[in-house]
Amino acid sequence: MFGEGERFLVLAPGRADRHYWGDLWNYRELFVILAWRDVAVQYKQTVIGVAWAVIRPLLTMLVFTSVFGGLAALPSDGGEPYSVMVMAGMLPWFLFSTMLNNGSSSLVQNANLISKVYFPRLIVPVASSCVALVDFAITLLLLAIMFLVFRVVPDWRLLLLPLFVVLAIVAALGPALIMASLNVKYRDFRFIVPFVVQFGLYVSPVGFSSNVIPEEWRLLYSLNPVVGVIDGFRWCLLGNDTPLNVPSFFVSLAVSIIFLWIGISIFRRTEKTFADLV
Amino acid sequence: MMVDDVVIRTRGLGKKYVIGHKAIGRVPTLRDAIACAASNFGRLTYDLLRGKPLIAGDEFEEFWALRDVDFEIKRGEVVGIIGRNGAGKSTLLKVLSRITEPSEGRVEIRGRVASLLEVGTGFHPELTGRENIFLNGAILGMSRAEIRQKFPEIVAFAEVERFLDTPVKRYSSGMYVRLAFAVAAFLEPEILIIDEVLAVGDAEFQKKSLGKMDDVAKSGKTVLFVSHNMAAIKSLCSSAIYLEDGQVAYQGRTDDALAIYLDRKTKGPPRKDIDVSQDGLKIAQAVISREEGSSEPKYVIEIDFVATCAGSLRECTVNIFSVLGTRIAIVDPRESGSLPFSYGAGQFSLRIEIDSLPFVEGDYQISLWLVTPDFTGLVESVIEFSVERSGGAREFASYSPDLRGHVELAARISII
Repeated sequence: MFGEGERFLVLAPGRADRHYWGDLWNYRELFVILAWRDVAVQYKQTVIGVAWAVIRPLLTMLVFTSVFGGLAALPSDGGEPYSVMVMAGMLPWFLFSTMLNNGSSSLVQNANLISKVYFPRLIVPVASSCVALVDFAITLLLLAIMFLVFRVVPDWRLLLLPLFVVLAIVAALGPALIMASLNVKYRDFRFIVPFVVQFGLYVSPVGFSSNVIPEEWRLLYSLNPVVGVIDGFRWCLLGNDTPLNVPSFFVSLAVSIIFLWIGISIFRRTEKTFADLV
Repeated sequence: MMVDDVVIRTRGLGKKYVIGHKAIGRVPTLRDAIACAASNFGRLTYDLLRGKPLIAGDEFEEFWALRDVDFEIKRGEVVGIIGRNGAGKSTLLKVLSRITEPSEGRVEIRGRVASLLEVGTGFHPELTGRENIFLNGAILGMSRAEIRQKFPEIVAFAEVERFLDTPVKRYSSGMYVRLAFAVAAFLEPEILIIDEVLAVGDAEFQKKSLGKMDDVAKSGKTVLFVSHNMAAIKSLCSSAIYLEDGQVAYQGRTDDALAIYLDRKTKGPPRKDIDVSQDGLKIAQAVISREEGSSEPKYVIEIDFVATCAGSLRECTVNIFSVLGTRIAIVDPRESGSLPFSYGAGQFSLRIEIDSLPFVEGDYQISLWLVTPDFTGLVESVIEFSVERSGGAREFASYSPDLRGHVELAARISII
C-alpha cells in the first residue's frame, strides 16, 4: 500500500510525525470508505431518508420567507423573489451546520475505531462531515427547481460555485475540528454545538440579505465566517444586480482560514491522546 | 541506527495514565473541570492563607502501565507476550500499533505494521457482509484492490457465501465472528500485532484460525501475539516476553517464559477493584472459599460489585479456566431466575454455592462473562485459585495430574 520500500518509524512522546500529511494521503481509501459508510448508514437507517433532506430546507425556507420577506418586509437581493434568495442562503448554511454537527460528534461516535486501530485521526471528522455534501446536493436540486419555477437564470458566475462550496467546507471544518477535539475530553461540548448552530441560523444572513446590515457594521458582521460564504453563494447564484461586498467577504475568508488553522493545530496537539480518552 | 534484522526495538518505553480520584468511572465534562478547578483554587487559596504547603496533583494519581520496557524483536520472530491482567500487555500493543503515544522512551519500528486488537473493528450492523468486508479491510489498512483480490478467499474462509448481501445485524454471532476474523486473516503486513482474538468462535473455527495463524507464523512475518491461551502461545511462538507490573520480567524461550509466568502467577495477591466498564461498574472483590457447613463442605464464590450508576446485570456467567487457558467448567446463573438483576448506585454481591469442585490439583482461574447495558464481554481472571492435592484417606497414590485431565468425577463403582 505504501509502495516506498520499508518504512522506518520512530515513536516517542511529543514527536511530531514527519509523515503526517503523507500518511493522510496513504489512507485516502479509508477516508473514502468511511465517508461512504456514513452516507450509506444514514440513508439506510432513516425511514424518510431523502425526504428529510427535502422537507427540512423547504419548510425552513417557507417560514423564513413569510417571516422576514412577508411580515418584516425586508428587501431581497438583486430583485429576485425572496424565497429564492432565502434558499440560496440556506444552501451553504445547511452545509455548514450539518458538517459542524457531524464533524464534532464524529470522534466520540467512532470511539471503537480510535481505541483499536491506528489511522490518521483527521480522517474521521472530515469523512463524517462529507455526509453533509449529499444533503447539499439534494438542496441544490431543490434550488434548481425553484429557478425553473421563478424563471431565474444564473449567469457565468454560477461556474464559480464550486469555489464557494470549498469555502463553506473550510469554514465548517475549522470549528468542527475544534469541537471534535474538545468533545473527546469534555463530553458536554456536544450540548454546545446544537446551541451554536441554532444561534448561528439567526445571526447569519440566512433569512435575510446581508445588505440590510448598516454599512458601518458590515465588517464587524463579517467576522462570522458564514457571512462571507452565504454572500458568495448569493453572488454566484442570483441575478446580476446582487453585489458582493468585497472587503467583508475577505474578512470572512480570513476568519475561516484562521479557524481552520486553529482547528488543525488543536486537533494535532490532542489527537495522540484520543485513544486514552474516548 | 538499527542492526539489520531487528524490526522492533524499544528503549526505556513508558506509558503513564493519570487516574482522577474524584470522578471515578465518569466521563469528564467541562462542567466538572471548571467545578474542580474552582474548588481546587479555593482550597489552595485557603491552604496558602493558612501557610500550609501546597501539594499539587493530590486529586490525581499517576499510574505507569509500562515503565522502562526494553526489548528487541528480530525479523520473522513470532513472539508471545504473556503476563497477568494489568501487567501492561494491552498497553504495550496499543503503543506499538500507534493507537496511543508513549509517555517516555522510544520505539523504533521497521516495516508496515497491522494490528488486530479486536475482531470486526468498525463492523457496522446495518451494512451487509460484503460491505463490511471492504470497510473492515480498509480500517485494517488494506487497499481496495487488495481486498478485491482476496475477496473470494475471505468469503470462503468465513463460510458466509449465502449471506453476503444480508446486513450483519442478522448474522448469528458465530457467523459474525467468522467473517470478522476472516478479513483479518488475509492481512499481509510485515509485522502483525494480535491481541487475544483467537478466543472467539466455536471450537472448529478456533482450530481453523489457529491453523491460519500457524501459516502466518511460518511465512516469515514478524508476529507479536498476546494471549491467555498458553497452549496457543506454546505452539505458535518461538520466543516470549513476560511482562510483570509494566516491566519486562523475562524475554527468551517460550518454555522458560511460560515456566516463570506459571510459577509467579499462582502466588499473586487477590485482585481487587477491577474496572468492568467505563461507566463505572467495578468488581470490588472476588473470592472463592470453602465453607465447612453443617453437613457437607461446599465452595462459595462471592463477587462484590460496586456501581456508580444504576444499570442491570443481564448475564453474569462464571467460567473456570485451567492455567493454560482451557475452558473447564461453567456456572450459568440465568437458570436460577435471579437475572436480569437491576442495580442502583452502590454495592451488590453475587454469591454462588457449588456443591463440589472435583478438580485435579493445579491452578485455575475464574473469568466472568458479563452483560450490562454498556458492557458485553469476558472479565478475565477475576479469581485465581489453586487446588491442592487432597491428602484424604486414599489407599492408592493418585495418577500424576497430567494423566488425570482437569476433573476427577466422584462415582460409585461396582463390578459384577
